[in-house]
Amino acid sequence: MSAEFIVWFDDYRDSDRPRVGGKNASLGELVGAGLPVPPGFALTTEAYHFLRADADLSRRVRGLLSGVDLNDMAHTREISTEVRYLIENAEVHASIEEAIRVSYRKLCADCGVEDLPVAVRSSATAEDLPDASFAGQQDTFLWVKGEDAVFEKVRQCWSSIFTDRAMAYRHEMGHEHEVISMSVGIQKMVHPKTAGVAFTLNPSDGDPSQIAIDASYGFGEAVVSGEVTPDNFLVDKVLLQVTRRTISPKTVEFVLDEERSGVVVREIEPERSTRPCLADDEVISVAAMAKAVERHYGSPQDIEWAIDCELPAGDGVVLLQSRPETVWSRKKRRQVARAGETPLEGIVSTLLAPIHTRAKASTVERDT
Amino acid sequence: MAERFPSPFEVETPPGGEGWEELYTYSLPFSEDRRDYEDGTFWFQDGIHWPDPLTPWDATWLEYALASLSQYNTRHYLIPPALGVDYRVLNGYTYLSPVPVADPEEIGARVPQFMERAGFYFQNWDDLYSKWLEKMKVLIDEMEAVGFEPLPEKEPMEVVTEGRGAGSGLTIQKSYRDLLNLGLKLWQYHFEFLNLGYAAYLDFFGFCKEAFPNIPDLAIAKMVAGVEVDLFRPDEELKTLARIVVDNGLKSALENEDPAAAMDALAGTPFMEHWDSVKDPWFNYSAGTGFYHTHKVWIEHPEIPLGFIRNYVAALEAGEDLSRPIDDIRKERDRIVSEYEELLGSDEDRQAFAQKLGLARVVFPYVENHNFYVEHWSHSVFYRKMKELGDVFVKEGFFADRDDIFYLKRDEVNEALWDMYSAWAVGTKPRGPVYWNRELDRRKGIIEALRKWSPPPALGSPPEVVTEPFTIMLWGITSDSIAMWLGADEAGGEGDLRGFAASPGVAEGPARIILSADDIGLLQDGEILVAPITAPSWAPVFSKIAATVTDIGGMMSHAAIVCREYGLPAVTGTAFGTDRIRTGQRLRVDGSSGTVTMLD
Repeated sequence: MSAEFIVWFDDYRDSDRPRVGGKNASLGELVGAGLPVPPGFALTTEAYHFLRADADLSRRVRGLLSGVDLNDMAHTREISTEVRYLIENAEVHASIEEAIRVSYRKLCADCGVEDLPVAVRSSATAEDLPDASFAGQQDTFLWVKGEDAVFEKVRQCWSSIFTDRAMAYRHEMGHEHEVISMSVGIQKMVHPKTAGVAFTLNPSDGDPSQIAIDASYGFGEAVVSGEVTPDNFLVDKVLLQVTRRTISPKTVEFVLDEERSGVVVREIEPERSTRPCLADDEVISVAAMAKAVERHYGSPQDIEWAIDCELPAGDGVVLLQSRPETVWSRKKRRQVARAGETPLEGIVSTLLAPIHTRAKASTVERDT
Repeated sequence: MAERFPSPFEVETPPGGEGWEELYTYSLPFSEDRRDYEDGTFWFQDGIHWPDPLTPWDATWLEYALASLSQYNTRHYLIPPALGVDYRVLNGYTYLSPVPVADPEEIGARVPQFMERAGFYFQNWDDLYSKWLEKMKVLIDEMEAVGFEPLPEKEPMEVVTEGRGAGSGLTIQKSYRDLLNLGLKLWQYHFEFLNLGYAAYLDFFGFCKEAFPNIPDLAIAKMVAGVEVDLFRPDEELKTLARIVVDNGLKSALENEDPAAAMDALAGTPFMEHWDSVKDPWFNYSAGTGFYHTHKVWIEHPEIPLGFIRNYVAALEAGEDLSRPIDDIRKERDRIVSEYEELLGSDEDRQAFAQKLGLARVVFPYVENHNFYVEHWSHSVFYRKMKELGDVFVKEGFFADRDDIFYLKRDEVNEALWDMYSAWAVGTKPRGPVYWNRELDRRKGIIEALRKWSPPPALGSPPEVVTEPFTIMLWGITSDSIAMWLGADEAGGEGDLRGFAASPGVAEGPARIILSADDIGLLQDGEILVAPITAPSWAPVFSKIAATVTDIGGMMSHAAIVCREYGLPAVTGTAFGTDRIRTGQRLRVDGSSGTVTMLD
């Protein structure tokens, strides 16, 4: 029964796309491409359709919506609150509730963590409007723990189709409310022992044969915010070997608070602070993942990653986010080969200017 | 940081080493006669080839090798910016200095001549290389044909009946001179291809470094390296012999402590059949660099290969697969090449990359294989002949031991032969037995005193940048390594050591200092080998140890090649490894970044 409501990210196929929405589809795609996103599953649009098939609920929602003046923001907010209350308190079909609870328990078991904190994320979709973007208009809940809370947040995701800003947006775009459907993603919150960023080229000289990794203990905020000087590793992309490592004293780390509901800062004890925060095999795992991401997207990437302490050793590296690298990718690569030079002339040039005497090479053309 | 290394004229001779200058050709030591030039020049110690003080005869290889290298740069190919590499001996140790062409106009004038001469070799490389292999075999046959017999009580009758008109005294003197000429010819052959081979390799190397500024040297070496290389063949034959032992149940015969008894017990078995079919040439293999008469050769010291074979038998019994997965190695090489090629920015670059890689691969078999033919095979034969001549001197009472001959300068051997011949001709006693007995004791004392001395890594003021391509390529001397030596000197023994990231990976373990090939048997499982330099023939111990640290050598040193082959972390060219590290001290060797950390 639950098969029709649940698609695990690692079972995702292309044909599932309309049922799971854009966000979940892209997570499923990454898993399919061999990229390690944190484990989880999507509750499909079928579950939402059950709710919409509730004739009494639909009638009451339509009644409220028919009277809304979307140009009046205060009024819109009032109606939104009433509609969301109706949806969040509507009866959910037992088999759907069961599917959510069983799947969440399985995720907890897979990670070996009771009441595993998860992100519960809306993934809106409109079958007839494949190009429509609803990004960020619906709600996302982080650090949700326990099956009751997860079930609660799923209902809040469904209702978030009717936030005031989502309604205003659809009005602006001329979409009917009924065209929208909703899938919900439930995904393990990453619990990093180490995290950071990775560039699939060397940001200091644009060398495309290198992967540069910044890493520090705990959550990646420490690295992204610049609150610590991270350890820096340069890894050769082809050999997957560390070509340079700079270990810095890492003063603080962002860690999970005691209730496992958020992140707090704490100092790092001195002996740990000066040790490399990644072992060599972990550096190589992060680099191999970054290389796979670049290959998947076909262009240099700027990646956020973490090593999750709750995933099995060796499978701990997770991809949090990837965007195209923009600084070096926009410059024109400098040609190395000297035009019209015969092989023998090449050797003469090399003898006359051995590489160690040349100015530090840059891989792009100099701006003039 | 210090700005310069000591002047050769301010370096003191260790106690007991006084008079060392007389042990070498008069042109080898630094001297007041050329002080201006010598004091104003940068010299680096070549411990890759000559880690120990030279005995008088062994200095011959230094002179033959460096003159031959230089001759090809200066007179054969007219390498535009580089003349030869000058060489000196200080307190028994070798110092080298590359000589640039100073005048830019002259460099320009050499370019077209270089292109014509080197161009011919590059265009006809394969033909010329197969010719080289034939020439080498002829040369080795000629060396093998040289013989030294004690002078006869009387000349044989046929000397009279055939009317030869010349006797054994002339023959033995001529034979030694012939042998010397073959030795010099050997070294001329050695450099016939090498400098050009390195030039082509450097060109590809430079291209890769320009396209990918952070590419590891190792990656470039891997793209060019041959998959089946003669230098690994002796080790491969040991593995084959180990398999024969296992397959034929010959382990108990092999276990015999006494190598002669073991060889006797193995006689007539498939083991000995294979041994005999491969020992010549493959076991003409030096346990060291092949530049010293003391370096043991497998074929003369079967205890060395037998010990290695025992290790391999144990590995086979433990279920290890000793074979090199040739297909996988080849596939991996192809993958590396195609991935870097994809990362290049344009089709023009990809075309140049393929062209330069192609040429580097044409020249590389010579670069990889010449070492076996020259330093191992030919030197083994050469030293055998020298030791035969040593036996003649022992018989005539000149020396107590055949190896004493190596405490004579090469031209003094002519004098001793003259003394021996002349006394034989006249029918009186030679002076040699008394003279050499006294002189050899003195010389041995000097060499022993010099052996305890640690030569500084360099002398004089370093150049602002090192530009000489062969210095960079052969000796791994760069502006960075010079700065490192100067800095390390200042640090006075504190902190970590840095060197070349010669073979990747990280390992920890206790150190074992090995100063001579004879001591490699001391190495225990999991130890880190710390040596002035390692030789390719030490390969079999590499299956035991955790990592390697050397004082000397760059990315292309033979030791670095073997470590990569065995997948062992290695840091080479640390300059002070054997000086600073103690046996038993725990180390962390990071062969990816080139650092050695002392953990206690």
